[in-house]
Amino acid sequence: MAHLLQTTFLPSSSPLIRQNQTHILRISGSRTRVSAKIREIFMPALSSTMTEGKIVSWVRSEGDKLCKGESVVVVESDKADMDVETFYDGYLAKIMVDEGGVASVGSAIALLAESEDEIAEAQAKAAASGSPSSPASETSNSAAVVAAVPHPQLEKVKLAEPAAVTVGSAVHPASEGGKRIVASPYAKKLANELKVELARVVGSGPKGRIVAKDVEAEAAAAAGPAASVAAAGPAGIELASVVPFTTMQGAVSRNMVESLAVPTFRVGYTITTDALDALYKKIKSKGVTMTALLAKATALALVQHPVVNSSCRDGNSFIYNSSINIAVAVAIDGGLITPVLQDADKADIYTLSRKWKELVDKARAKLLQPHEYNTGTFTLSNLGMFGVDRFDAILPPGTGAIMAVGASEPTVVATKDGRIGMKNQMQVNVTADHRVIYGADLASFLQTLAKIIEDPRDLTF
Amino acid sequence: MHYSAAFSQAATSATAVPTISGSRHVGALHSSSSSCTLLIPSKPINLRFCGLRREAFGFSPSAFTRCSNSQRVQLPSRRRFKGSNVSASLGDNGIPKSFDYDLIIIGAGVGGHGAALHAVEKGLKTAIIEGDVVGGTCVNRGCVPSKALLAVSGRMRELQSEHHMKALGLQVHAAGYDRQGVADHANNLATKIRNNLTNSMKALGVDILTGVGTILGPQKVKFGTDNIVTAKDIIIATGSVPFVPKGIEVDGKTVITSDHALKLEFVPDWIAIVGSGYIGLEFSDVYTALGSEVTFIEALDQLMPGFDPEIGKLAQRVLVNPRKIDYHTGVFATKITPAKDGKPVTIELIDAKTKEPKDTLEVDAALIATGRAPFTNGLGLENINVVTQRGFVPVDERMRVTDANGNLVPHLYCIGDANGKMMLAHAASAQGISVVEQVTGRDHVLNHLSIPAACFTHPEISMVGLTEPQAREKAEKEGFEVSVAKTSFKANTKALAENEGEGLAKLIYRPDNGEILGVHIFGLHAADLIHEASNAIALGTRIQDIKFAVHAHPTLSEVLDELFKAAKVKDHASNPVSEPVAV
Repeated sequence: MAHLLQTTFLPSSSPLIRQNQTHILRISGSRTRVSAKIREIFMPALSSTMTEGKIVSWVRSEGDKLCKGESVVVVESDKADMDVETFYDGYLAKIMVDEGGVASVGSAIALLAESEDEIAEAQAKAAASGSPSSPASETSNSAAVVAAVPHPQLEKVKLAEPAAVTVGSAVHPASEGGKRIVASPYAKKLANELKVELARVVGSGPKGRIVAKDVEAEAAAAAGPAASVAAAGPAGIELASVVPFTTMQGAVSRNMVESLAVPTFRVGYTITTDALDALYKKIKSKGVTMTALLAKATALALVQHPVVNSSCRDGNSFIYNSSINIAVAVAIDGGLITPVLQDADKADIYTLSRKWKELVDKARAKLLQPHEYNTGTFTLSNLGMFGVDRFDAILPPGTGAIMAVGASEPTVVATKDGRIGMKNQMQVNVTADHRVIYGADLASFLQTLAKIIEDPRDLTF
Repeated sequence: MHYSAAFSQAATSATAVPTISGSRHVGALHSSSSSCTLLIPSKPINLRFCGLRREAFGFSPSAFTRCSNSQRVQLPSRRRFKGSNVSASLGDNGIPKSFDYDLIIIGAGVGGHGAALHAVEKGLKTAIIEGDVVGGTCVNRGCVPSKALLAVSGRMRELQSEHHMKALGLQVHAAGYDRQGVADHANNLATKIRNNLTNSMKALGVDILTGVGTILGPQKVKFGTDNIVTAKDIIIATGSVPFVPKGIEVDGKTVITSDHALKLEFVPDWIAIVGSGYIGLEFSDVYTALGSEVTFIEALDQLMPGFDPEIGKLAQRVLVNPRKIDYHTGVFATKITPAKDGKPVTIELIDAKTKEPKDTLEVDAALIATGRAPFTNGLGLENINVVTQRGFVPVDERMRVTDANGNLVPHLYCIGDANGKMMLAHAASAQGISVVEQVTGRDHVLNHLSIPAACFTHPEISMVGLTEPQAREKAEKEGFEVSVAKTSFKANTKALAENEGEGLAKLIYRPDNGEILGVHIFGLHAADLIHEASNAIALGTRIQDIKFAVHAHPTLSEVLDELFKAAKVKDHASNPVSEPVAV
């Protein structure tokens, strides 16, 4: 069977496990095969739920001759530790993920050379392909393998918030003028994981010791936009140094530049939310969230204005999207993701609220499936919770419009009958692709939306 | 026997604290690996555990004849041991006129307690001398209070593991703890067990004599200032104290031993633990669960040197690497200064081999867990010409004390940590019972290879018998084959139901005759699971027989069931069911 699957490795039933288990093997194939004689060894899928595996130990070491059927590596999956054996004769040329390292299913963990002569070739190839295998640090290896797999959320990143840099002033008394680094065990561990150079971190712990939060702050600072790094000069950051983008920053950058190709315009509207607030108060106890209410209202408005729910990808034609999928921007640790409430116009508000909660939990756990974050047809971005009263969103490429929602605030309002009253009002601001959506389209969409929000009976069916 | 029910109930709640011996005095399980030991002269298996058992090892000599491969086991001896006039005191609990007691035990720890109870059962008039508090190290400063702390740390760990909780569908917000409450729990437990122990002895009529005991001469003991009592036989059971290498200044606040740590007077942000044996490992479990970060300082080249290497590796993967713990191996702490005047605790490290200064650590606290030293000072051993070996009382395999010339001292025995054979509370108790058997006319030699040991981390580690390297060495010498079988907790239904699938059980055995040489378990409730194996070793049960024993499903005990079934033994079952029982 393994021949048919073209995989070099099959899990053998290990003596550790007496239960029968079904192994679904991800085909490792020869996708990036260096030559016919050098095979990549891939992380096998040892169970249907396994997404990544941890190398428990390499049974064989580099340069060893392997015979078909021999155990080569012990892999820890979500279920068990399994011996994995080779299905080809050859030489273990290069171990790409060291013991303790983690690799996602299907990623290369080692190279197998058919003959001894090809070991060097394989190793050179491994080095050239940028798969580091520095023996010094297992985490750098595993991270490299993981990083090679595009992280789903990066695709939708629109903006990365700059992180503040914590400045500690104390210097550890025993650090001999800064030559020695005093860091707590967990700080060291974190630094290794987050690739933070401890020498650059200023400790805020007892006697200037570097503690975990200092490392986290440093890592956040490093992950933020380069501008903030430069601005944070005094905190032990090398001014005027060139900081390469992280993968996430790269994705953000690409998306932002791409958005410049779309001619956008903005229309703002002030909506009174007293009725919506009252409704929210009433059904909040049933698990309904404001986000779901807004998404629902937007979806209902979009039903009447299909052009606002359209998208233009090539500049020559556009498509009226068949379903109304409201993407809602959510800030998560170190980034931004847009879980999608699909068919928001059809689902009732309670279903929608439950769905939303589920999506947010999944987003936090980084478990969102691609269709749960990249199928949005209209995007909502709400900064109201920060007290922002109005702002302006950048249109995500591939969609027709995005709505920026500000905070709902008590406002003194003069009414047409000459009275003055207090009303809760919020400002929304829609950015749209002017190639397909025109001013009047947006204006009437907003008018509809305002009506729905100001008289929200329809939201609950 | 009104009390016995009450006591056995208490006994179930009592467990063990392991400690590493501060000596190279080798336990029966240890063979080679001479550790060069300035700081941690630990022979790893010199463990001290607790086990409050009324009676533990009812070995019959015939059982021993079947354990043909145990180094320590001696076949039942035909020769009578010296001073075999024991029979004089048998039967009517009568006391020869010349003696106040049949048996005096110096030290009311777990060893002394076990011996006293068994002595009464055998009809001996018994007294126990205690200079401090009843219960000894185990109950007051060891196994018992540490189990209270570990019970807390286990729960904290569980509640803090968001992933674990979520997988079970539980929602818990912000688990926290009250330090004083935790400390009180440990203290209350110790008090309760101590009272149980005291009451159990009083109820049986054991005289508890208060005061420091000193041997004045053969069969004569002084306690307190000037009370002198005589006994036909004397057992020394004075136990041990934490071993503090020189250069280390213990102030009881920031530089502490297990005695202080168990009071849990503060939870430091960063604590260095010197020694990565049982005590160190258990305290790292407690401290990290309570929010501390830990640095291990280990003299040997790897952490957890006493364990089977495979188990140690797995334990490190689970108990050390993912936690807020780092470590320095191959180093001695030559100087540890407590925190004062705003300065932190400083620890000077040198390379264990080159003796070059290596590093200086500044931490909030340091716990010295380098083992335990025998407590034998002031025992008056010079009065009977006995010379201790680095503090340990020299004994033969029957716990009979030998004097400076290597001759047996009549009527004098030493059990437990004070003899250093195997520094475990339950081993002391078993040795005490063995001695009582001897003085009541039945020769008995304890099989130390059947004594289990456990470390109560989360998950737990337990073992009995030989480690794989020890077994292979022995096999090499004696020319037999060794096989290893393993099972994973990941295949156990109950473990998976608890969402605690991390774990391994390992069986080292002889494929030719099915003898169990050693069993090592790392996983949920390993400390409770080991006894099936230790009983099998003690009774000489072979794998081909025990594999037919039935285990309830689904239970963790099936891990051992799988283990026995995974073994490939050439021999056939020795005693098939003779008479089928119809139901």
